[in-house]
Amino acid sequence: MSEDLYRAEGLRLSLPDLNRKPLWGPAPRNEILKGLDFSIRRGEILGIVGGSGSGKSTLGRCLVRLLQPTGGRVLFDGQDITHLDDAALRPLRRRFQMIFQDPMSSLNPRHRVGQLIAAPLHLHGVQDVRARVAEALDLVGFPQEMASRYPHEMSGGQRQRVGIARAIALRPDFILADEIVSGLDVSSQAQVLNLLERLVKDLGLTLAFISHDLSVIRRLCSRIMVLYQGEIVEESETAALFAAPRAAYTRELLDAIPLPDPQQVWA
Amino acid sequence: MADARMMVRRQAGARLWLSAFWLGLVALAALFAPLIAPHDPLAQDLFLGRMPPFWVAGAEPGYWLGTDSLGRDVLSRLIYGARIALTVALVAGAATCVLGAGLGLMAGYMRGWVDTVISRFIDIWMAFPPVLFSILLIAVMGPGLISIIIAIVIIDWTRFARVIRAEAMGQGAMDYVASARVAGRGRISTMLTEILPNVLPTIVVLLTLEMGIAVIIEAILSFVNLSIPTDDATWGGMISEGRVSIHQAWWVLVFPLIALFLTVLAFSQLGEGLKDRYDPVLR
Repeated sequence: MSEDLYRAEGLRLSLPDLNRKPLWGPAPRNEILKGLDFSIRRGEILGIVGGSGSGKSTLGRCLVRLLQPTGGRVLFDGQDITHLDDAALRPLRRRFQMIFQDPMSSLNPRHRVGQLIAAPLHLHGVQDVRARVAEALDLVGFPQEMASRYPHEMSGGQRQRVGIARAIALRPDFILADEIVSGLDVSSQAQVLNLLERLVKDLGLTLAFISHDLSVIRRLCSRIMVLYQGEIVEESETAALFAAPRAAYTRELLDAIPLPDPQQVWA
Repeated sequence: MADARMMVRRQAGARLWLSAFWLGLVALAALFAPLIAPHDPLAQDLFLGRMPPFWVAGAEPGYWLGTDSLGRDVLSRLIYGARIALTVALVAGAATCVLGAGLGLMAGYMRGWVDTVISRFIDIWMAFPPVLFSILLIAVMGPGLISIIIAIVIIDWTRFARVIRAEAMGQGAMDYVASARVAGRGRISTMLTEILPNVLPTIVVLLTLEMGIAVIIEAILSFVNLSIPTDDATWGGMISEGRVSIHQAWWVLVFPLIALFLTVLAFSQLGEGLKDRYDPVLR
């Protein structure tokens, strides 16, 4: 068992740019990920930061194979998942899960919370789904009555906790959290982050946390990867990055954090 | 607490109940036509031609809504006409819905070449003028109930396909679809369990609308005498016969028109009412 849960080697992704497609012939391709090499260690919380358009969400979607990379390799627990098809991915899917940015759109509005959490469990033939759903609700601090609610009957923070419950119900090894607090107000943010931090510790998860907000990342993550226009410009331990940012873009991001006291020095 | 939302709810309820009531009445009439109809809808009596409805002076007792120029009872013909109208509405509506919504769902969710093929097909299909197309179809297949139903399905499936395609496309871009994929759900299964429930309210509304349209198409085809062999009573046939004698006997035209109008209205309002009531997002 290697120490790395995920390894990306020369990961590339490009999409055809249909706006610039000539009348004949293939459309020119937009390079979104330009050959990324990195790994995610077992049990760590990796923060992935970057501005909009930096490719961080695309990278995340390649990791959970919602998108198929056009070059390079992605290894999950030593197994090459770069070009696996749906059928081959299915048994692996229960080991990597994802929490989405917008909990309103990521929870099917026609299903009750209980169904939402149970659906992946049914898909993977888990025994005793009821108990697992109850446990998942418990873990995110919901009373059992929540199972009969519809997503639109909940607040943003509560919906995001449903998203978390759904992801952890399968007991995955890895969770990708894509901008999961950017739609929430500050107090719900804190709640969700605390919850996530606790769950990662208790369940021994590995987490990749995508955000554009370095202050959120700093609070949660042990290591940080900075993405700029599809390339990794900096990768280091959280404390080191905040103490001595090397890349110019990282410094820009750090300067963009609003400070309660502008004179404050990051310790 | 009586706030504005309660008022909206009550209105939705009234709409639903009124339309359901009328359609229920039509359905009962259609089901029990032989028991309810006071006369044989085909029995002619030239001595009783163009008798007015019961409240007009000179009405013949027992002929509540009067008689047409051949002395046939308008009420009985109306009741028997409901059978054909409802059969067409239900069968043609449902078949159109299944075909159109199925193709639309596939085009909207799967995208790619499936979408290209289906969409081009819809474009070509919609280039045919519907009424002429239906007359052509009936002329080829020969008049009859089955031909009408087939003609309606063949012409009108594009209505469903286009709307449902757009809707499925919108829903397909939502994260819950991605999240079902992350959970390991297959494509077909995602389409049926995640997208279909979300386009279902639209399908229901379209379906009820389509049922109304089917009734109208049947009436149009009867009107041009391409529907059912003429001895069966149809609303469209009655309207077309009544048109000839409108100055002497307005009731032959007006009663089937009212029945047609109310039925089409009821179908469309039923759809709206059902959507208001059973859409959990609106509730």
